[in-house]
Amino acid sequence: MPTVDLRFTPLPEHVRTARLVAVSVARRAGFGEDQLDEIRIAIGEACARAVSATEAAAGRAGLVDMRLSDDEDRLDVTVLRCDEDGAPLAETPPTATTEDPLSLALMTGAAGSSAPVTAPGGVRLIWVREAATAGADQQV
Amino acid sequence: MDLSVTSREESGRTVVEVSGEIDVYTAPTLRERLNELVGAGHHHLVVDMEGVEFLDSTGLGVLVGGLKRVRSHDGSLHLVCQREKILKVFRITGLTKVFPIHDTVAEAIAASAAADEANATS
Repeated sequence: MPTVDLRFTPLPEHVRTARLVAVSVARRAGFGEDQLDEIRIAIGEACARAVSATEAAAGRAGLVDMRLSDDEDRLDVTVLRCDEDGAPLAETPPTATTEDPLSLALMTGAAGSSAPVTAPGGVRLIWVREAATAGADQQV
Repeated sequence: MDLSVTSREESGRTVVEVSGEIDVYTAPTLRERLNELVGAGHHHLVVDMEGVEFLDSTGLGVLVGGLKRVRSHDGSLHLVCQREKILKVFRITGLTKVFPIHDTVAEAIAASAAADEANATS
């Protein structure tokens, strides 16, 4: 299964990089503009939450790990909070970002094909590719 | 794309033109600018978001914070946005009920002035 794995120091400026990588992978996998918007929003929130929680738990030595796999018509994304060795942090303290109801609402609302699955150390988001509409084709 | 924030006076309103990406990294810049404007006595804001490419929950939080600040001075905050991908963020979070959102700056200024007059006569 084609995979992209991005690990980064928990700094807010890297969230944009993660969004760009995720959208780039999804675009290559054939997702249309409407779904790319959702992917951009939900992954932006997932990574911002992971940055905040990882920084609170492990400081700048921690790592956020975003893994994307595209298989047939699915994009499977896992965003993990990790320690400096890359091992998932099962428990992280609540932060202003992780407790923000707007952040949770956006991540959940933009997660397309299934609700985000929270797991120890992170969250998993899955999109199933929809047939592109004529309008979406023109925007590519 | 970096965030750019400029402001100007127009028909008694302060138009704040925002462009670029408002996210967890850039939102503090917008928060500072809005706080400065409100602190300097600009209580009727029109935030023009037509140049905004991306908006996350941190950016929404900054706009909600700005709304609370101007309201505490009997002010107002109107938004200008027609971009579907940005409007989607307001719809998902239910904030379309909280912010008056207009198609153009002229419409936002007119609505802001009309609301002000209605308050003055009531």
